[in-house]
Amino acid sequence: MTMIGLEIHCQLTNLQSKLFCSCKANYREFQINENICPICMGLPGSLPRLNQEAVKKATMIAMALNCTTPEKIAFFRKNYFYPDLPKNFQITQLNIYGDTSVGGSGSIMIGDKKIRITRIQLEEDPGRLIYEGSSSKNQITLVDYNRAGTPLVEIVTEPDFETPKEVRAFLNVLSDLLANLGVADPSLEGAMRADANVSIEGEKKVEIKNIGSFHDLEKAVHFEITRQESLHSRDIEIAQETRHWDDKRKITVSSRSKEEDLDYRYFLEGDIPWVRIDTDIHNKLKLEMPESISSKKERYVSKYNIPAQVADVLSSDKFYSDLFEESHTELNAKEVANIITTDLMGLADTREKRESSKLTSKHLRELADAIQSGKISRNSSKNALHAILKTGNDLNTIISELDLGNVSDESELLEIVTSVISDEPKAVDEVKSNPQTINYLVGKVMQKTKGKADPILTLDLLKKQIGI
Amino acid sequence: MNLKISALDFIQEVKTGNISAEDFVAKTMEQIKNVDDKLHAFLSINEKAVDQAREIDKKIKSGVDVGACFGMPISIKDNICIKDSNTTCASKMLENFIAPYDATVITKLKNQDAVFVGKVNMDEFAMGLTTEFSAFGPSKNPWNLECVPGGSSGGSAVSVSAFECVASLGSDTGGSVRNPASFCSTVGYKPTYGLISRYGLISYANSIEQIGPLTRTVKDAAFMLNLVSGIDPNDNTTIDNKNTNYLSGIETGIEGKKIGIIKEMIGDGIDSSVLSATKDAISKLESLGAICEEISLEMIKFSVAAYYTITATEAGSNLARYDNLRYGYDFPLEGYEFNSYISKARRNFGPEVTRRMILGGFVPSAGHAGKYFLKALKVKSKLTKEINNAFKQFDLLISPTVPVLPFKIGEKIDDPISLFLIDINTVTANLTGKPAISIPYAISNGLPIGIQLMADSMNDQLLLRAAYALEQTVKLPEVSI
Repeated sequence: MTMIGLEIHCQLTNLQSKLFCSCKANYREFQINENICPICMGLPGSLPRLNQEAVKKATMIAMALNCTTPEKIAFFRKNYFYPDLPKNFQITQLNIYGDTSVGGSGSIMIGDKKIRITRIQLEEDPGRLIYEGSSSKNQITLVDYNRAGTPLVEIVTEPDFETPKEVRAFLNVLSDLLANLGVADPSLEGAMRADANVSIEGEKKVEIKNIGSFHDLEKAVHFEITRQESLHSRDIEIAQETRHWDDKRKITVSSRSKEEDLDYRYFLEGDIPWVRIDTDIHNKLKLEMPESISSKKERYVSKYNIPAQVADVLSSDKFYSDLFEESHTELNAKEVANIITTDLMGLADTREKRESSKLTSKHLRELADAIQSGKISRNSSKNALHAILKTGNDLNTIISELDLGNVSDESELLEIVTSVISDEPKAVDEVKSNPQTINYLVGKVMQKTKGKADPILTLDLLKKQIGI
Repeated sequence: MNLKISALDFIQEVKTGNISAEDFVAKTMEQIKNVDDKLHAFLSINEKAVDQAREIDKKIKSGVDVGACFGMPISIKDNICIKDSNTTCASKMLENFIAPYDATVITKLKNQDAVFVGKVNMDEFAMGLTTEFSAFGPSKNPWNLECVPGGSSGGSAVSVSAFECVASLGSDTGGSVRNPASFCSTVGYKPTYGLISRYGLISYANSIEQIGPLTRTVKDAAFMLNLVSGIDPNDNTTIDNKNTNYLSGIETGIEGKKIGIIKEMIGDGIDSSVLSATKDAISKLESLGAICEEISLEMIKFSVAAYYTITATEAGSNLARYDNLRYGYDFPLEGYEFNSYISKARRNFGPEVTRRMILGGFVPSAGHAGKYFLKALKVKSKLTKEINNAFKQFDLLISPTVPVLPFKIGEKIDDPISLFLIDINTVTANLTGKPAISIPYAISNGLPIGIQLMADSMNDQLLLRAAYALEQTVKLPEVSI
């Protein structure tokens, strides 16, 4: 049996500051080594100053993943030398000596499958290494400490996955969940990283590190299973080791460093006293927690009669479900959900497009209302939406500027209907014997009006003129 | 002008206009110039000290709000960061490190118009109790230039005792303030863990060390604590002391207080003159109305071993950052692979630091932690329990600060174990977080002896009260320098 376990690192990108100082948690907007201070640089004499918000957010994640949450938590030092680690130790959490991290064992359902969570811990991200030089001879390593000290939550799962597909499904659910909690923006580059443990047929466990994206994680796991199966089929023993994902060649490579042998000499971080998270705080956090994705989905279906599939897509995406909540009324909810899932998600499918979009909730509400009242056709609404995203202009302005309004004037439409009937005598005859084929003529009217004809009125007029 | 005055007297004199801060600081700088070649208390001098004192005088004259120090000259141990000044920890590793920020205690003292005359010598990274492990050469004991001044805050004690400043800030990890205070006949005080912010104090063993004042009098120590104590958002381990005034009630005496004499600290290995001074102090306390009784604390005999195991572990981690990548000394880094670079770059640590780094790599390591580090933590928690129980019975505990008299420079430097054992009376206060103070009590053959009092956590006021009462019973000669 194949067993896959994950260690996911998620930056708490929505926090104001780093885990132990007031530098920005969002280091991405800075020039190299500009988002640093004596604390995150580990200068002599500096001490960590715990960001209490980070503890709260990490606890929220633990609660959302149904983990046990202890009354008090402790921090530990993980000691090792590495140039991206300013203090040459990382402040992290551990479950030993009776001290516990922010989250104990928990679980989450992925479809019908239960994935168990081993633990959740809060720790600091190291800096970032930048390699320059083309060959190993002239290679130099530069260090950017802007990221050093960014709050990171590590989520460790039990080896409950059996296929790369399950891994991917879990990561999608997890990243939606983290976004929905408002603790992180998983779409930011490097905000979510993962290591995987893979073993097959009761053989030894292999750890894969250095995987840059979820897409690559799926590939790396797939590669590793294939590699191990191939060895296994030839009766070659699988070595317990750490392998690195080679991003360029898309294979895993045995890492020569003896990471397995490292002794981290963990011990309590004396500069941060135990943090108490009592029942009161837990209860308060529960109240502060946003509605879960599954509860949103249920509400969309039961309250607004939105189809389950649409509700699923909408509730999973924090950006769009927030937009939905702001835009919809009791009457137009279904229409708003429709516009978002069938049109908007396609038009604004990247983070850049979302950010540059000039669409407001007011636009969306008016557009849905216009469709429902027949002021604009479903067809034309797409064009209107496109224009809104680009210009941010008022819906009425866009309708008149682009001439998108429905042709619902009876005499105007009658003229077009009459001309279609005289152009298409054959089709008219066919309609007389088989009324179902009238849609062909409706299509012709739509063609002439560029899709703006009021469909109900068009059908009415055609029937009247043909005499059926 | 008389440099041999206490901090409180200095302030009074400046306040009343009898002396100016500028004159006093200038005279102090002159004293440093005259005696420090012999004593080597200072690693660097603040060239602007006199100018700064002049500015404070201007403030005094113009009637603008003046800070409580009125230009008082203070020396600072070289492991406490002062912005834009060298902070070397008496190590070649940090020879060129210029602190880009002020420690919290420095900010507080600056706000109170203190003048820093310079940074003072210490054992490298505060590891040692003789100041002989300074990478820049040992300091000398003003009472006998052939003797060690104690350590690791040796420079602080020497500078106070030889009138090169009015007061000093040191740090105390296992006795590093109290030990040199005892050897140089000054007051040395380690407050309750958490009373003074450690932000800007370069860590050696962060879970047990505290910044503490070295002064001429107990009242000066209380005054210094008033200035630098209190909760600090930059140090999560600080305690809110609600702006306690440690001078208030300091003269109210100790009548009826119960004082425990720690049996394990007056037994084997104690110098006879130290023992008789201790007995004398006990009888003095009794004559002041205190009730003194012996108490045995069984865990004391394990305390030094636990202390060195815990401090080595923390030091191994705290000093890991000195890889010379971001600051340090000149070292061309090109052409090295990382691991070989690290081991080469870290060769600038001195012998004692290297010894403790090796120890610190071993005692908490997988497979050995159970035998050493975890056991040491157990000793620490049992010792704390034992001391807490003792404080249910007693208000204070008494012992000599150091079991021996100051010894010759070089005498014990090659015998680390016998050096370690000298810490026996001081480490308990650090391992348990309790406040302890050493006060000058006697001179034997021209060498000082200090008496240590210890109180329960946050009972610093009572501790200072008792120390003051005992201090009033002795009159000691001044050092001839």
